[in-house]
Amino acid sequence: MTADQASKRSLQLTSDGQLRHFLTLDGLDRALLTDILDTADSFIEVGERTIKKVPLLRGRTVVNLFFESSTRTRSTFELAAKRLSADVLNLDISTSATSKGESLSDTLLNLEAMASDMFVVRHSQSGAPHFIAESVTPGVAIINAGDGRHAHPTQAMLDMLTIRQHKGGFEGMKVAIVGDVLHSRVARSQIRALNELGAAEVRVIAPGTLLPRDVESLGCTVEYDMRKGMKDLDVVIMLRLQKERMEGALLPSEREFYRLYGLSRDKLALAHPECIVMHPGPINRGVEIESAVADGPQSVILNQVTNGIAIRMAVMSMAMGGRCQNVTRNRPGGIRRDGDQQHRWSIPEDHQWPAFAAWR
Amino acid sequence: MTALLDMNRLLDELEAGLRNIMAERGVTSPALIGIRTGGVWLADVMRKRLGLEEPFGELDISFYRDDFSRIGLNPKVKPSSLPFSTEDRDIILIDDVIMSGRTIRAAMNEIFDYGRPASIILATLIDLGARELPIQPDVTGKVLALASHQRVKLRGPDPLHIELQETGQ
Repeated sequence: MTADQASKRSLQLTSDGQLRHFLTLDGLDRALLTDILDTADSFIEVGERTIKKVPLLRGRTVVNLFFESSTRTRSTFELAAKRLSADVLNLDISTSATSKGESLSDTLLNLEAMASDMFVVRHSQSGAPHFIAESVTPGVAIINAGDGRHAHPTQAMLDMLTIRQHKGGFEGMKVAIVGDVLHSRVARSQIRALNELGAAEVRVIAPGTLLPRDVESLGCTVEYDMRKGMKDLDVVIMLRLQKERMEGALLPSEREFYRLYGLSRDKLALAHPECIVMHPGPINRGVEIESAVADGPQSVILNQVTNGIAIRMAVMSMAMGGRCQNVTRNRPGGIRRDGDQQHRWSIPEDHQWPAFAAWR
Repeated sequence: MTALLDMNRLLDELEAGLRNIMAERGVTSPALIGIRTGGVWLADVMRKRLGLEEPFGELDISFYRDDFSRIGLNPKVKPSSLPFSTEDRDIILIDDVIMSGRTIRAAMNEIFDYGRPASIILATLIDLGARELPIQPDVTGKVLALASHQRVKLRGPDPLHIELQETGQ
């Protein structure tokens, strides 16, 4: 384990190896990832009951803190928290108090004063959830719902759950991640998870302009020709073309991208006959994937959505379990404090993120 | 002490008690639910002894434990499985040992999340007393009084036997 991975592990885990925050898959071992998948498996059954709720987080307050909008991810986090019986506050920071002149620091101070127990954070800057996790009052859990180009660990874990459901495990699996790897935070988390869980091969298939430098160092092989890359695949994970993140002309056209890298029926036929097709959504039909494939028998895209709620329930409950003895509750005045560690909330414009600098 | 706990005799007591209370309450077609792990083994045995054809349910109460905020989630949690509707059904709930009553409270909370049963009969193989909640079994194989440092645990499933444990206190 590298020093960087060890540092992330110590921030995320308690001294006895329990989940404290969930920020990245770096530093988390196969046993813990398997525990998350097993727990999520049990939560799937909860979603099939008449009353789709369990009381694990009853009386706890979860704040969805989205500095970057995302309807789907926010909805599944909200539903997951509610199925755990938590009270949920949804804040779209870009359109809320900060637009009325309140500083981010003051917004967050107010949220602490409301005795929040968990922040689900999405931010365009890589490392922002780590920063908040280092600053937050002890006892409050931070869950990363996607940061910059760095990580989207719950999305990667729901993909792992979907693969395990359909393939039984990861041993011997050949998995390809196709498309806009450069702008994808989930691709990095997927590669990390697949390697840790024992997949035989992780391939990325993309044009050179949509690959990060040194992508192989993440633990994958590279293929530029999709028809060659589809050979023997057990799982193909399509990525969304992140049009809003494109800076400059990285692609000649969407039509050209679809011709070369879009998943059509004829390209899918080159993979293993039982290859499953995944996509994190929302789908750009006719850009990354042909409609007949997205809606076809090999597609497990809607299973991914269902599994997203179960994985988020698992991560939230594992991060919140066993906390009541350690939480510093409100002092008079309503604001929780922790000595000199209090309220370093606002992220300075010039703050450096050495571990993620290359991924911003 | 465990040598004194003849398993067949305990199971006979449990079966006889269940037959009596079912007759008393006019329950003819109960749905059987065992609490993992020991209760599930006992549910399997009682289903056969009572001649019930319907599969029994398995309950994992990990998501309903009242000590979650102290000790966290059981990493071995498995999904509960009730292969029948509990709505308006007479339920027989079985566990191996009852002590504080907290496990039974959690189990009943969970059962009600599947639907409102008509009634619940609680059967436990061993009753250790030491109740912390006002919950009493309707049927018990044997009532035991143990020293504070002793516990019993059902081992199984084949063969089922009772193990006495010293907690070291």
